Amino acid sequence: MLELDRVHKVYRVGAFGGGRLRAVRDVSLTVKPGEVVSLIGESGSGKSTIGKMVLGLFRPTSGRITVEGTDITTIKGFAARKEYYRKVQGVFQDPFSCFNPIFKADRVFEMIRSSYFPGVSDADWRDKVLAAVGTVRLDPENVLNKYPHQLSGGQLQRLLIARALLLDIKLLVADEIISMLDASTRIDVLNLLGDLKERGLGILFVTHDLSLGNYVSDTSVILRKGAIAEMGPTLRVFDNPLHPYSRHLLSCVPQLHRTWAEVDAELAANPPEDVTLPTVAEDDDSAPLLEAEEGHFVGIDQG
Amino acid sequence: MTLRVKDLKVYYQTLRGDVHALDGVTFDLADGEIMGLAGESGCGKSTLGKSLIRLDSRMRHVGGSIELDGKDLPIADDDAMVPFRYHEISLIPQYAMSALNPTRKIGRMINELLRARGLRPADIAEELERRLELVGLDTDVLNRFPIELSGGMKQRVVMVMSTLLNPSLLIADEATSALDVSTQRSVAESMVEFRDRGYVKSMVFVTHDISLVYQMADTIMVMYAGRIAEKASTSTIINNPQHPYTQMLISALPEVGSTAEETRLEGIPGTPPGLLHPPTGCRFKDRCPMAFSKCNEQPPLLEIEPGHWAACWKTG
Repeated sequence: MLELDRVHKVYRVGAFGGGRLRAVRDVSLTVKPGEVVSLIGESGSGKSTIGKMVLGLFRPTSGRITVEGTDITTIKGFAARKEYYRKVQGVFQDPFSCFNPIFKADRVFEMIRSSYFPGVSDADWRDKVLAAVGTVRLDPENVLNKYPHQLSGGQLQRLLIARALLLDIKLLVADEIISMLDASTRIDVLNLLGDLKERGLGILFVTHDLSLGNYVSDTSVILRKGAIAEMGPTLRVFDNPLHPYSRHLLSCVPQLHRTWAEVDAELAANPPEDVTLPTVAEDDDSAPLLEAEEGHFVGIDQG
Repeated sequence: MTLRVKDLKVYYQTLRGDVHALDGVTFDLADGEIMGLAGESGCGKSTLGKSLIRLDSRMRHVGGSIELDGKDLPIADDDAMVPFRYHEISLIPQYAMSALNPTRKIGRMINELLRARGLRPADIAEELERRLELVGLDTDVLNRFPIELSGGMKQRVVMVMSTLLNPSLLIADEATSALDVSTQRSVAESMVEFRDRGYVKSMVFVTHDISLVYQMADTIMVMYAGRIAEKASTSTIINNPQHPYTQMLISALPEVGSTAEETRLEGIPGTPPGLLHPPTGCRFKDRCPMAFSKCNEQPPLLEIEPGHWAACWKTG
């Protein structure tokens, strides 16, 4: 459904835009319906840039992004873009700043109605909202007709997901949606993503936290400096990390029940299988992937 | 015993009344102990950290006492606290980036700080360089501006600055939360190293990330709605928690290696109570699956086995 084909993004930086910063380098990946793909990376890895390009907020410098076969850079004009957002929606990190504190929180639903469903009757619309709120496992009595400050971060975040569900979306870009939530509500939002996946939604889950990426996703993509370091089925990537950077990341994540020293020992006891990482020439900006085992790719080592 | 906090109450003054952010907190911190202070947002963990060093204008000390190395801390008296700050108690704030003055070079900033505390920078210069090397920084950073350093380097500079006078107590408020995982690990490990070398006697590490304190703390204290829920050694809290809140909190954390298909974790239903008019009795009772009639009375914090404290009628 979503396909990225050799996408590059270069930002112009500096006072006169003379500098170049390569944020995304030769990234190709796909998200199928009913699949959660985690983009995992540290700051500056390009993970959010990819999410924003998929949402059409930035244009890729080169390469193609297609959704259901349509190249999204060819979508021009207000009406066509509006149609695109009927299929693809994003939810972002900070739910508190997504709501206008002057209005009630469920105004976000009304805004969807006025721009996308002007012909729907009040009763039908109410049913639709109740269904969406029920899907995100919120009690309508607790959340409708309330102001944003009366709701918790987890509730606001789920309202935003419910808002996206009012449109019959095919793809959800979830950019760090749980990093601002408390541990006790975080897991509810994660479980919700799992439920949505069952309904056939494709989800691009952007995160810096390996344990969260691991919990929901089918496919994990580990990014380093804009390029893919390792990509494959989540279980394979975490059980058998092949790229030195993935192993380094895994050794640094604080885990419950296992100390850093234990993880270090474990990784040292299981040296990676003998894989030769692909290499590129100094001035070549491509980032080839090598298929180490079926569906499990490793990328270049950028030191 | 380094720190002894007894029935500490600190309220925030607002136009609508007092917010009971800390409502009767009692605990001890031993010499050389690193205590992780964990809890959800709004549980009072940062308020407790701040109360130990400086009350801001909205915070009011309502009751209770704090004793550090046998001396009473006059936390309600801002001026009387000055001799303690930096010498005895020091702080690593959450955002090191905003803790450093952007218009001063690091070295000059440290010298100004030392002079303001009545010390001669030259006496400490050698020690400063040694400690910078210990955390893996080149002494060249002293000639640089904060903007020239990465987030992890700034956090390490702040850590060295805060502990330069070997304080008894170091409060680290979400000190590594803004860092990437690999930097987080090295900063957290240097903090343990500082304790091992005796640069700080004991440490309170405030965080929302329980898996991080598991890596570095000796004990963990879990707070809920302004009160202590449970305090015990790290392994007890993680592997054998007794308070229902701690149990549910630990079981809601996804781990590397756990997937939604294998084991579906559950969050804690409901939200923490507002602290403007806190409920009577146990504050967790509305979300607690084990609540019974006695929970309408406030459970005392009892030592259920040596070094393991919990505030719940079911554990007592």
